[in-house]
Amino acid sequence: MEIDYRGLSCPEPVIRTKKAIKDNPQTVEVLVDQRAPLENVSRYLRAMKYDVSVQEESGQWRISATK
Amino acid sequence: MVKTSGCAAKLPPGKLHSVIDNLPLMKDDRLLEGFESADDALVYQVSGDIVCVQTVDFFPPMVDDPFIFGQVAAANALSDIYAMGGEPSVAMNLMCFPSCLDLDIMDRILRGGISKVKEAGAVIAGGHTIEDPTPKYGLCVTAFMDRKDVWSNKGAMPGDSVVLTKALGVGIINTAAKGGEASESSIAAAVDSMTRLNRHARDIARKYKVHAATDVTGFSLSGHSQECAAASGVTIEMDTASLPVLEGALELARFGLIPEGRYTNEDWLFGKICFAEGIPLEIKDLVLDPQTSGGLLLFMPPDDAEAYVSEMDMSCCRIVGRVTDKADKDVFFR
Repeated sequence: MEIDYRGLSCPEPVIRTKKAIKDNPQTVEVLVDQRAPLENVSRYLRAMKYDVSVQEESGQWRISATK
Repeated sequence: MVKTSGCAAKLPPGKLHSVIDNLPLMKDDRLLEGFESADDALVYQVSGDIVCVQTVDFFPPMVDDPFIFGQVAAANALSDIYAMGGEPSVAMNLMCFPSCLDLDIMDRILRGGISKVKEAGAVIAGGHTIEDPTPKYGLCVTAFMDRKDVWSNKGAMPGDSVVLTKALGVGIINTAAKGGEASESSIAAAVDSMTRLNRHARDIARKYKVHAATDVTGFSLSGHSQECAAASGVTIEMDTASLPVLEGALELARFGLIPEGRYTNEDWLFGKICFAEGIPLEIKDLVLDPQTSGGLLLFMPPDDAEAYVSEMDMSCCRIVGRVTDKADKDVFFR
């Protein structure tokens, strides 16, 4: 599952991530373009027991989370 | 939904200074505190020892209830006067209001403001309203006092205790509330804190020795402490275990419900503050969290600080650190 949160401000990306993982998917990929959503979505996914890794791609970040 | 709200809507200091530092400095022998001192309000000599202390503060809503928003915005604007040790005399409204919204909402905001100005013992003398897509409200507040009674942000002395009079975490709870994630009791605690005037905290503190003072708002506990430390030429050591925290704030931070201002505060404070090893991430969130209508931060001799905290008798009013000789960082959290 890949979700695009570019252009969204906090807390919107975290709230949308919460909805997106409601069915407990094994993997999630999230695209963000600001530091606050990058940190906050990563924090949320870690708190939900996902392993999180981040890749920077020309001014935006791809957050990959797996269970 | 507004992007940022309350004091979190402040322009980051780095951006602000890139503009104002290049402006021509206006000098006047009677202007005792102005632009360059980063204090909470200006101080202008009126006559002899009598000075006028003046401040202006306004922001977009951080709560849905317009009356409460008015109360918070007014309490926040009045606080700059309390942080200077003064008593507000006269205030003016500043209002931005969308043409599409019901005028009853504007009425409720202004009534909220009036209720707090009344509680402060001051009077509203007028104001100015313009149409704007995002509502914003605040006050310009003026006080008159003896110049020797003014608390500046630059008198903190090594050996002083640091007192904070309100709990932290308002920005985190407001962010979570926007997403429907904060509990009723957390929201109630945040609203109670934001609408509470710093009047009582100031009145009691007037009985004791205060070397320096400020209030904690959008630049967070870290940012406002750093400004005091830099202005006073000292270092502040904060004891994170003593910090008063609003119910639920740390838990919400663990789940990433954190305002953007926490990260901009961290960016502009880079190199100026530091944390002891092992300080949990959510404690860093707390001390970088932009506060709206936060508490007073008072620098007092240790005996005065202890007596003050005991007289205040509120669990949110605590000694949270001490002042040391200047070290390589302005603020150290341990």
